[in-house]
Amino acid sequence: MSQYFLAVNHDPADEARMAEMTPAQMQEVFAAVDAFNTEVKEQGAWVFAGGLQPIEMSTVVDNTGAQPVITDGPYAESKEYLGGFWVIEAPDLDGALVWAQKGSKACAGKVEVRPFQDEPEA
Amino acid sequence: MESLERVYREEFGRVVASLTRRFGDLDVAEDAAGEALLVALERWPVDGVPANPGGWLTTTATRKAIDRLRRESHRDAKHQAAHMLHDDTPHEATGVVEDDRLRLIFTCCHPALAPEARVALTLRLLGGLTVPEIAAAFLVPETTMGQRITRAKRKIAAAHIPYRVPCAADLPARVDAVLAVLYLVFNEGYLSTSGDAPLREDLTAEAIRLARILRGLLPDATEVTGLLALMLLIDARRTARLAPGGELITLAEQDRSRWDRAAIDEGHALVRECLALGRPGRYQLLAAINAVHTDARDVRDTDWSQIAALYTQLAGIDPNPIVALNRAVAIAELDGPEVALALVDALPLDAYHAWHATRADLLRRLGRSEEARAAYDRALGLSDNAAEAAYLSRRRDQLGG
Repeated sequence: MSQYFLAVNHDPADEARMAEMTPAQMQEVFAAVDAFNTEVKEQGAWVFAGGLQPIEMSTVVDNTGAQPVITDGPYAESKEYLGGFWVIEAPDLDGALVWAQKGSKACAGKVEVRPFQDEPEA
Repeated sequence: MESLERVYREEFGRVVASLTRRFGDLDVAEDAAGEALLVALERWPVDGVPANPGGWLTTTATRKAIDRLRRESHRDAKHQAAHMLHDDTPHEATGVVEDDRLRLIFTCCHPALAPEARVALTLRLLGGLTVPEIAAAFLVPETTMGQRITRAKRKIAAAHIPYRVPCAADLPARVDAVLAVLYLVFNEGYLSTSGDAPLREDLTAEAIRLARILRGLLPDATEVTGLLALMLLIDARRTARLAPGGELITLAEQDRSRWDRAAIDEGHALVRECLALGRPGRYQLLAAINAVHTDARDVRDTDWSQIAALYTQLAGIDPNPIVALNRAVAIAELDGPEVALALVDALPLDAYHAWHATRADLLRRLGRSEEARAAYDRALGLSDNAAEAAYLSRRRDQLGG
């Protein structure tokens, strides 16, 4: 089994779209994501998942120099940023792509599938 | 030693596929297949080509791969696999080995790979073309092509792209991706987008060869049969298609006695076979259209109403303006150039050279020379193929004032 990171990325257009959603529409997405999460757990593919606070809430720590530098906001201006994610287990990429298709439908957004680095061999 | 090269190219995909299943590593399989060729180059001219060259190459490559994995065993854990997998099972010509090549082509054409990488990887691993050959075919620098192939192989390993035939639910879409790759290889050979060689027989032959393998592996897939028939019927006209000076000769002006009758007969039989199953698809209909063309011993015998009807059917499942453009060409023969021109002018294909070339031809037939000249100029400006450009310039220069 391999682990895959299913990332839901947001860009400003997505943000505008989400801001215009009615509470009923948002409930629909929450319910669909809940159902998806339940399915992932029942199938034994669940590792971890979470939704993230907006990018403005982030803080960057840079301790590569002599002194740690702590700054407000994202590390770099970028059009896309991570909004939420799942970590799942699948036998291979085809298995992960099936989950990504279901997840994309549930959260009404694109899902990026990234394989984790293999664990170092003992 | 020409026969060695031919045998090698025919067997390369088999060897790589078999070793990939055994060792689970495309690089190991590819390198070992290459090393086996070097041994063959040394031995076959002396000992003669073995009775079962595929088996010989697979056995030799397997030994090379095991040697390599043992050498590397102090660096990683692959030696475990090598010990477990080491045996001297002889090469099998059917069954599992055939399945291996099917697995390999689906891996090479996986939708998670970039389309240009799918083409390159298929030609490299299944077709046995070298990186410089593939780079030359697609007119990119060798280093670029090398990186493209290396990157695709790295992704296959890192993302765990599976080495198996897709499940039944995914199969139709995945077969479509494979067919798209083969047709792209064929078209690049048949009408090179640029460069000095208007025809690249190595690529057309390779696409046909791979389609034959795929058909052997998936005999019930009607679109596979359709694509093979389509490529055979187009390729059958190859020798009649270029004038000695390198100018393109259009279908209407070709010397039909120079067509390859054997390929046409095979193509016709395949078209009948797949259409009889009643599951028409894009490639089957294109093949049927080409069957109608190749059925006419003289262009004046062409059954244009049948061709127009097939294009109408094609537009129903593949509604795109290029299909509509080709249908209009048939309509010109049935209802005249004026009716056809009205259809053509309504299509949003201003950036497509064939749209301008079709307009030019219709305008020429209507005696509208000035407009025809302008349309030929636009077509010439957009065409990347030297043979086609030569044809278009001659037509333009023959226009009356």
